[in-house]
Amino acid sequence: MSTQPIQAQPLGDPRKPSRANILRRYTADRIVSGLAVLATVIVLAPLAAILFYLVYKGASSLNLAFFTHVPAPVGEEGGGMANAIVGSSLVLLLASLMGIPVGIAAGVYLSEFGRGKFLGNAVRFTADVLNGVPSIVMGITIYSLVVKPQRHYSALAGGIALAIMMIPTVTRTTEEMLATVPLAIREAALGLGVPKWRTAVSVSLRTASPGIITGCMLAFARVAGETAPLLFTAFGNQFWSFNLNEPIAALPLQIFVYAISPYDEWHRLAWAGALVLIVLIMVSVTLVRVFANRGVLKGGS
Amino acid sequence: MGVGIQVEDLNAWYGSTHTLQDINLHIPANHATALIGPSGCGKSTFVRCLNRMHETNPIARATGVVKMGEIDIYREASPVEIRRRVGMVFQRPNPFPTMSIYDNVISGLKLNGFRNRRILDETVERSLKQAALWEEVKDDLKKKSGASLSGGQQQRMCIARALAVDPEVLLMDEPASALDPVSTSKIEDLIFQLKTQYTIVIVTHNMQQAARVAENTGFFLNGKLVEFDSTHKIFTNPRDKRTEDYITGRFG
Ligand SMILES: Nc1ncnc2c1ncn2[C@@H]1O[C@H](COP(=O)(O)OP(=O)(O)OP(=O)(O)O)[C@@H](O)[C@H]1O
Ligand SMILES: [Mg+2]
Repeated sequence: MSTQPIQAQPLGDPRKPSRANILRRYTADRIVSGLAVLATVIVLAPLAAILFYLVYKGASSLNLAFFTHVPAPVGEEGGGMANAIVGSSLVLLLASLMGIPVGIAAGVYLSEFGRGKFLGNAVRFTADVLNGVPSIVMGITIYSLVVKPQRHYSALAGGIALAIMMIPTVTRTTEEMLATVPLAIREAALGLGVPKWRTAVSVSLRTASPGIITGCMLAFARVAGETAPLLFTAFGNQFWSFNLNEPIAALPLQIFVYAISPYDEWHRLAWAGALVLIVLIMVSVTLVRVFANRGVLKGGS
Repeated sequence: MGVGIQVEDLNAWYGSTHTLQDINLHIPANHATALIGPSGCGKSTFVRCLNRMHETNPIARATGVVKMGEIDIYREASPVEIRRRVGMVFQRPNPFPTMSIYDNVISGLKLNGFRNRRILDETVERSLKQAALWEEVKDDLKKKSGASLSGGQQQRMCIARALAVDPEVLLMDEPASALDPVSTSKIEDLIFQLKTQYTIVIVTHNMQQAARVAENTGFFLNGKLVEFDSTHKIFTNPRDKRTEDYITGRFG
């Protein structure tokens, strides 16, 4: 570095802002902040509107029976969606157990091992295409691949359909989050004589885990409300079923059935079901967040 | 105990750029060896060839022979094995951000599947004491994240982490370049103690530092090892004109 004598700055020097200049910067700052707030409101408004409307329409039909009873036959009063709540939970659990590990494994492969390789590019391309496959097509596909050979609808088939829909989102977010892990951290592990696969799993994946968990939650929330793929797979059930090899009820299916029915009472139940579905999604996403953060902040293994 | 390193006809490339050319030198066991030279001359590349980190870069390639004691590290050992025996401290501190101080220090053992609590506890204490960090962190070993320490503390933690796997050689790539004078002198003291047990290779831009800690010094320029000799000789009576110009500050 060369050293120059410090000179007095002439007036109007851009390095020494004038009052007008400062005022302009201040105004620009306020405008940009204002726009950011506006954008936030625009994003939140639909969510608030949906929640408000669901509460308005559905809350009055929520009672204990809704959570403890199976649907009542046509013409009878009361009944609930207990079996659909449990059914949805089971199908989503199945889907997550299958879809998340596969999606994460594929993401790790893409980021850590498959860069610039033919197989890597093929997997990435497939994931992107899969992401664009309409959910009804997914339902029909699983119908012909799983339901038809088995000759019956099943919770398992529903889980498979939703799992496959989760995979592309999980894979791509895993890949992207791993890409943000600094090279220096990987080198720290490799430099200690940690094998590459172990570095990928215990260091890169762990460092990226908050983002990856977000990705999994996005995928989960997205398939939790899916109806079309379940129509041809889980099919729905008016009674209790815990057998994964049998048709099972699911909230979106039950909402669908009730919503297209001609009865006012069922319409109200459909609204209540929608409210419960949204609340359940929000609660499970929040719970996972809280537990995941706890695990990460502690820094234990 | 440390082990000597013999380098013969080492060449290294990044893509088609020939970064290191025909390097030959002997790094003696249980001594500190300093590497100096202007920015971009290949010092980091050279030390990364000594623990096979160079090849983790997909575009990088190296030829030649590097012998650790009797072992030809490129032909007679796996990279993982070599990196366990040749520890490395990087130019910038690189703690594992999700791990506590404790877990950072024994990460090399834990990530390799080692689980014995008592030995892990002992190793953490011994390594942190060696790295002159024990007193500052002993009360929140498991409470604080490794990334929450100051830069100088992080670097000493990274040194402790490298020492915890009990290497025979310690490569230090400008370990003090981002540190204040107090931390720097702590790290120099540390090198003084460590070199009785380990073979140390230290890259530095700081001539006084090289003069203080190292018995031998090598001067790199444009990918070549211009001169390698005792530190005293290099700094008082270099053979090569370019070495003299560099250490007297006429360029670089
Ligand atoms: N990852 C890389 N990809 C391509 N070229 C690289 C890479 N790393 C280093 N180089 C090149 O290799 C040469 C030597 O770099 P190196 O990092 O070994 O220098 P250095 O002596 O350690 O410099 P400094 O003192 O600034 O750390 C430089 O010309 C650099 O541009
Ligand atoms: Mg360097």
